[in-house]
Amino acid sequence: MKTKLAFAAALLAATMLGGVANAKTLVYCSEASPAGFDPSPWSGGNDFDASSRTIYSRLVEFDKGKTTISPGLAESWTVSDDGLEYTFKLRPGVKFQTTDYFTPTRDLNADDVKFSFERQWKKDSPWYEYLPGTGWEYFTGMGFPDLLKEIVKVDDLTVKFVLTKPEVAFLPDLGMDFSSIVSKEYADQLEKADTKQQFTQKPVGTGPYQFVDYQVDAVIRYAAWDGYFGGRQKIDDLIFAITPDPAVRAQKLKAGECDIMSYPAPADIEGLKADTNLNVEEQEGLNIGYMAYNTTLPPFDKVEVRKALNMAVNKQAIIDAVYQGAGQVAKNPIPPTMWSYNDAIKDDEYNPDEAKKMLEAAGVKDLSMKIWAMPVSRPYNPNAQRVAELIQADYAKVGVKAEIISYEWTEYRERGKAKDRDGAFQLGWTGDNGDPDNFLFLLGCSAIGQSNYAIWCNKEFEDLLQKGKATTDQAERTKIYEEAQVVFKREAPWLTIAHSKVFMPMNKKVSGFVMDPLGIHRFDGVDVTE
Amino acid sequence: MFRYLLHKLALIVPTVIGISLAAFAFVRLLPGDPILALAGERGVSPERYAELIERFGYNRPYIVQYLDYIGNVLTGDFGISIATKRPVWGEFMALFPATLELAVVALIIAVAIGIPAGIFAAVKRGSWFDQATMGVALTGYSMPIFWWGLLLIIFFSGYLGWTPVSGRIGLQYFFRPVTGFMLIDSLIAGRPGAFSSAVSHLILPSIVLATIPLAVIARQTRSAMLEVLGEDYVRTARAKGLAPRRVVGLHAFRNALIPVVTTIGLQVGTLMAGAILTETIFSWPGIGKWMIDAIGKRDYVVVQSGLLIIALIVMAVNLLVDMLYAVINPRIRVQ
Repeated sequence: MKTKLAFAAALLAATMLGGVANAKTLVYCSEASPAGFDPSPWSGGNDFDASSRTIYSRLVEFDKGKTTISPGLAESWTVSDDGLEYTFKLRPGVKFQTTDYFTPTRDLNADDVKFSFERQWKKDSPWYEYLPGTGWEYFTGMGFPDLLKEIVKVDDLTVKFVLTKPEVAFLPDLGMDFSSIVSKEYADQLEKADTKQQFTQKPVGTGPYQFVDYQVDAVIRYAAWDGYFGGRQKIDDLIFAITPDPAVRAQKLKAGECDIMSYPAPADIEGLKADTNLNVEEQEGLNIGYMAYNTTLPPFDKVEVRKALNMAVNKQAIIDAVYQGAGQVAKNPIPPTMWSYNDAIKDDEYNPDEAKKMLEAAGVKDLSMKIWAMPVSRPYNPNAQRVAELIQADYAKVGVKAEIISYEWTEYRERGKAKDRDGAFQLGWTGDNGDPDNFLFLLGCSAIGQSNYAIWCNKEFEDLLQKGKATTDQAERTKIYEEAQVVFKREAPWLTIAHSKVFMPMNKKVSGFVMDPLGIHRFDGVDVTE
Repeated sequence: MFRYLLHKLALIVPTVIGISLAAFAFVRLLPGDPILALAGERGVSPERYAELIERFGYNRPYIVQYLDYIGNVLTGDFGISIATKRPVWGEFMALFPATLELAVVALIIAVAIGIPAGIFAAVKRGSWFDQATMGVALTGYSMPIFWWGLLLIIFFSGYLGWTPVSGRIGLQYFFRPVTGFMLIDSLIAGRPGAFSSAVSHLILPSIVLATIPLAVIARQTRSAMLEVLGEDYVRTARAKGLAPRRVVGLHAFRNALIPVVTTIGLQVGTLMAGAILTETIFSWPGIGKWMIDAIGKRDYVVVQSGLLIIALIVMAVNLLVDMLYAVINPRIRVQ
């Protein structure tokens, strides 16, 4: 209480001294330090929260709390009939932030858009290697180097992307963080002064907040950008208090040291809900926790065996014990919040007796297998070891002896890819852009050796996947993906375990915060009542 | 004294080489590598992996990589972090003052309480005070730091509201660091309340970090004092009729100091290790948390250079302790 009073008094004094009436501050307890403030080279959610979502904007933006897209820096666009050309009309009069280290002399134009992508793409760009060893992992990971043919500046406010092949997820991809638009003018200025590194340390964007200061591993400070094209924010000062431990974040929120926090520990949620000063918002996460069988090795190469093993597992018990209710049983490889989710599909029924019979019928006797458990807590699976123990106990009831194994996190994923991997492998996925293909590609033939841990290449499924990628009409794509889910369920390459819920505890004085299905934290449109 | 110093310095050279080799090898012995760690669940294609490994030079023979690394270190270049792309030395210097400030305050607490407690326990051997002190010391020594820190936060910050939960200073105080030491910077900034805010933020983390060294120092002081108190010259001093305070303070304590100073010197290493957990719990932006993050990300450059810099600091402190021996006991110099 004393801390709160002191804080309030000091804030008041600072406000009065500064001559600003009723300066509003929002303190967000974030989970990790950003690697930098350039929105494109990094891949962590905490990097994006601190850079792209606060400081920058994109050609298209995801609607708040949804996976659909709306105009952003581009006020409109057209797509050619063959799906190979996307022409964007830029919003006129968009201002880059004026800071104490950069004063823009012009508004956003097509040069900025071209530069934002080409620096990640063209190896001869002086900015391609401006950070030593930068891999531009998202740009590469989303297949942009092969997808882009050229980016043409038609005029100052018109830019055309020419693709090598149709890509239905291209527009949502442009709403992703790595597609944030940076200032070419600022880049040119730094290049001239030979201080390119500053680009990621002192950022300039067109987003709702402008960068003020970063004390490494401690605090990031932003101020509302007066010239933001979406209108000035109600929050004057936005502060990220970097607090890695979730229990400490919860304590800080309770003590009033922050107004909103990310990723509470499941064990703290009840306590936070009980606090009358707090609201705990929750949302179905855009994720899936699964266990992949190695479908190339006997007896897991038989569909009946995989089905029987799926039927042996009491998934509701896992939700209750491990997710502590903060999740729901998964039946499809994509989460229910995503378009094209096939709710008509019936999950494999929990029936140990039937499972036992099916195993016997398949000629499987005295099966010994391995269950792989991640050594770390992930958003889609808070405790893989415990999940493995529950599955192990369920398997024992149908006469299957399971041994739980685990490795260090990086090693775990590497060993899991081996084609002769023994047993069933737990992992999961969190969506990037709200497109079903961003989940279903995990089971594609080309993902074997990378993200296809079931080592499953089914022609029927693959054809549907490719057809979905080449179709632009969403209604048609929905049908294709619904059918792909039917094939998936019939063939059972995974035991689909759960879709976890995501929680966002905040002080009751915070309003306007909308939880995002993509797991990003946006502070545009947020307000605090004093 | 100069020869003694030279002798000690000569011993440091092979130690530094050994540590640089160990740090270089340690991080490469860990499973995985920086590229796989950065890729996460998304994974990385074999072609892309090969390209990045080559770009970082990790496809070269280990000996070439090591010699390259050492060559750079000798010119003062500790490399650039793979994860953040910032120079390691710059990152270290930005974070080290926070760790040093915390460690110094923790050490002051440990010494200021540990030594008197040890002396009293020895003088009052077998008394309730002795047993209670040693009992508490044993508990402190066995305390898991993570649990202890969280317990203090929940009680003092959450329940009583006496101290802030975490951080180095209240967020309302915004000034650019001058020295990096928050206690000093808050005074330089001249903002009313800033210094007391910095002090209040230091209380819990320094208590947590001081706990183990305090326990070790108290136990070591007690046993060293007990040994000395049984010596003939102490009995003689007592027989001469010297005041008990003089016997303990002058005759016994000074002679008991050597093992105690050694222990305090060794606690610098313990403090660095303890800082890793303490800094994580209290969101203290220091090198402990930095190293843990780097190990998680397999940031070879940060781990190998960071370990080397920390080892150099610990060695420098131990050298200082060695010099202190010579001041306390001139016979050591002669040997």
